[in-house]
Amino acid sequence: MREITLDEIESLAVGAWVLGTGGGGSPYLGLLNMRRLYREGHRVVLVAAEDLADDDWVAAVSNMGAPLVGQERLTDSRTIARAVSYMEEHRRTKFRAVMALEIGGGNALQPLMAAAHLGIPVVDADMMGRAYPEAQMTSVAVGDLRPCPLATVDCRGLEAIVETVPSWTWMERVSRRICVEYGSIASTCKAPRTGREVKEWGILGTTTKAVAIGRAVRDAQARHEDPVAAILAVEPGRVLFRGKVADVERRTTEGFLRGEVTVAGIDADRGAVARLAFQNEWVVIWRDGEPVCMTPDLICVLDSVSGEAVGTETIRYGQRVTIIALPPPPVFQTPKGLDHVGPRAFGYDLEYRAVVP
Amino acid sequence: MKRIGIDVGGTNTDAVLVEGGRVAGAVKAPTTADVTGGILDALARLAATGCVGPAGVDAVMIGTTHFINAVVQRRHLAKVGALRIGLPASASLPPFCDWPEDLAAIVRGHVAMVEGGHEYDGRPFMPLDRAAIRREAAAMRTAGIRSVAVSSIFSPLDPSHEHEAAEILRAGIPDVAVTLSSDLGRIGLLERENAGLLNAALADLARDTISAFGAAIAASGLSAPLYITQNDGTVVGAAEAMRLPVYSFASGATNSMRGAAYLSGLPDAMVADVGGTTTDFGELRHGFPREANNVVLIGGVRTLFRMPDLLSIGLGGGSHVAPDGSAVGPVSVGYRLTEEARVFGGAQLTTTDLGVAAGLLALGRPGGAAGIDPAVRARAFARIRAMLEESLDRTKTEAGDVVLLAVGGGAFLVPDALDGVSRVVRVPNGDCANAVGAAIAQVSGEVDRIFRDVSREEALAEAREIATARAVASGADPATVAVVDSEDIPIAYLPGNARRIRLRCVGDIAPGP
Repeated sequence: MREITLDEIESLAVGAWVLGTGGGGSPYLGLLNMRRLYREGHRVVLVAAEDLADDDWVAAVSNMGAPLVGQERLTDSRTIARAVSYMEEHRRTKFRAVMALEIGGGNALQPLMAAAHLGIPVVDADMMGRAYPEAQMTSVAVGDLRPCPLATVDCRGLEAIVETVPSWTWMERVSRRICVEYGSIASTCKAPRTGREVKEWGILGTTTKAVAIGRAVRDAQARHEDPVAAILAVEPGRVLFRGKVADVERRTTEGFLRGEVTVAGIDADRGAVARLAFQNEWVVIWRDGEPVCMTPDLICVLDSVSGEAVGTETIRYGQRVTIIALPPPPVFQTPKGLDHVGPRAFGYDLEYRAVVP
Repeated sequence: MKRIGIDVGGTNTDAVLVEGGRVAGAVKAPTTADVTGGILDALARLAATGCVGPAGVDAVMIGTTHFINAVVQRRHLAKVGALRIGLPASASLPPFCDWPEDLAAIVRGHVAMVEGGHEYDGRPFMPLDRAAIRREAAAMRTAGIRSVAVSSIFSPLDPSHEHEAAEILRAGIPDVAVTLSSDLGRIGLLERENAGLLNAALADLARDTISAFGAAIAASGLSAPLYITQNDGTVVGAAEAMRLPVYSFASGATNSMRGAAYLSGLPDAMVADVGGTTTDFGELRHGFPREANNVVLIGGVRTLFRMPDLLSIGLGGGSHVAPDGSAVGPVSVGYRLTEEARVFGGAQLTTTDLGVAAGLLALGRPGGAAGIDPAVRARAFARIRAMLEESLDRTKTEAGDVVLLAVGGGAFLVPDALDGVSRVVRVPNGDCANAVGAAIAQVSGEVDRIFRDVSREEALAEAREIATARAVASGADPATVAVVDSEDIPIAYLPGNARRIRLRCVGDIAPGP
């Protein structure tokens, strides 16, 4: 258990954006909130999952919705803290700690914002190891843990609890309706987890991992070295494609940002064309019509120069990008895991093959 | 086709005549405090070369670093009122929240947040709080604010709340200049708002400067139309440039890079453009500046413009030099070089004095640099070299030595040998590269419209046709027109697969008859 420094939070913001695989929203706005909170004297403590007691209650938090909306309705640290307090009021039980639902994107910083206001620690773990768009796409859902209750909060004073649902897919359907009505963004506190459940089904150490990736990128930038190579030096991944964005088609539907991006190859990939499909996050990449990488592998689109991630809501015509693949948490490579987050879960009839063996 | 290109820098005003694909004349005059005098002087000198008469000039294109210098040096900036429409969302991140504190302290006049704005699908987020805007307008008026930046959530999709707020502000504050974030484009409230705030801070300077341009052209007897160059190497009319000066922010740098490529015939190289106040470093690829991929920092402020990827440092021909030579810049004597520099009898030691003392250039009174201690000179040149090498290294995107094009009036500060540079190239008229770049600026055609009842492909094709036709109508050579920016947002609340498309084409000006 130790205090996390603001410099580590700066690295976390960069690393989480890479692990966001295009979604989860840019962590920049969360980082601005954290800078303000640290300036005001708040501090956040990071605790390892192993240090939780089996009967501790842990709040898993995230901002749910379309990343595009988060670019206009800027995240406010008080809203996510309110979601946790609301759940505490509802259950009349205090939480011992908060944790991230997803370490990818802006949601990596949501537990820190809540923790700063509430004065409880953040667990070094999440439930995705990346970002995913739907409620059933988590390790705890693969583990068939209880999906409810769920607390949702909108800054206009809209608050709702989804008390009972029979399955994670029902939780997704019902909470998504609420989220869409809120304007496709809602601050949520997911089904409370015990310390034992976190230790058994959480994806552990992912805050530390995101900090390490972010630090690699920041150090490479400072030394004018290749930041993409720096990521691949700390994570076992590989380069899929280098090119220039030739087309972006985006639509916000059913609370998601969906669409396709076409990238024209440069350098070694000159003449080839990559096509990426996304539902908040990058889901599949085809090279000249052949699928070359797909979920649950992490498809990360990076700015070729800065090494920083490029989001599905901000990618634009003419950008030069390097696309890499990183390995997923093993829990998603099992048959049950692939039912939840494999290509067919996103409507693509493709056979998953791991890019990084 | 005869075109005059003018670059109004902080120190010098350069003018060139480009005719039939070559530079027919190039001159330099000191920039004056009123801007007009310097331009008139430059045009008179250009006329004196015999290359140009008042008739027969097709266009005058002016580029300037005035606006970016104002932000970098924190000078001539107006106190701005920030009005954000979108409460209760985003309250923990108010306007100016990610600005450098020193710049915010100068520009931040009054910050207001009120309820209103839209959702992603066009529904209202909150009703517009008109009473609150009237109250804020009154407070801004009392605080002496004359320029206001308005930003509203999802205004690129529905700008109606921004337009209504502008009306209320104009009714409440006489002669107020209003910048709307929806005029600056993209989704991303904070970056769009930042661009709006910078634009509002430049309102007075833009009005004064561009009016002075017009006055100078009229007084010179030229009847050719006046264009102002923009960040992306294209031109707009004076009224539009006055309204949105942020779009002309980096035009000086874009112009010198394009001018350097044109003059040297080297389409791929690094460029150091050393002006009087700043040096800009950038990279040419295929004759165009490499563009910033994502967020662009201007004076430390995050924005999302289409801009050349540049590194700007406070080093130029007019930079102050510490008495012992240990520090150079960022403050510059600017256009007062001919009064304040030692070689002109002034009291301030500048980099130009060092250049004269070292025999790199001849300027000012004979013997004007005689009293400069060689040890001070050596220390200052070592400092300059270190500044150049560090900046070049930061600008590079890959390891290895590069060819460096040294242009601009202060290019004498760049030594022939630098770490990481295989060859330093200087070109004829290189000190006027920016004016050459202005003269060869491109024209654009744009469309920003809602398309309905067609597929996305058909809508994009139609948008491309319209934008291309507009570029050609503005004088572009159809063979060179290409799409440089394309963004489309579906509008779910409208029937018929409605989609808002913004698309921009640019092309070279067609050779004249």
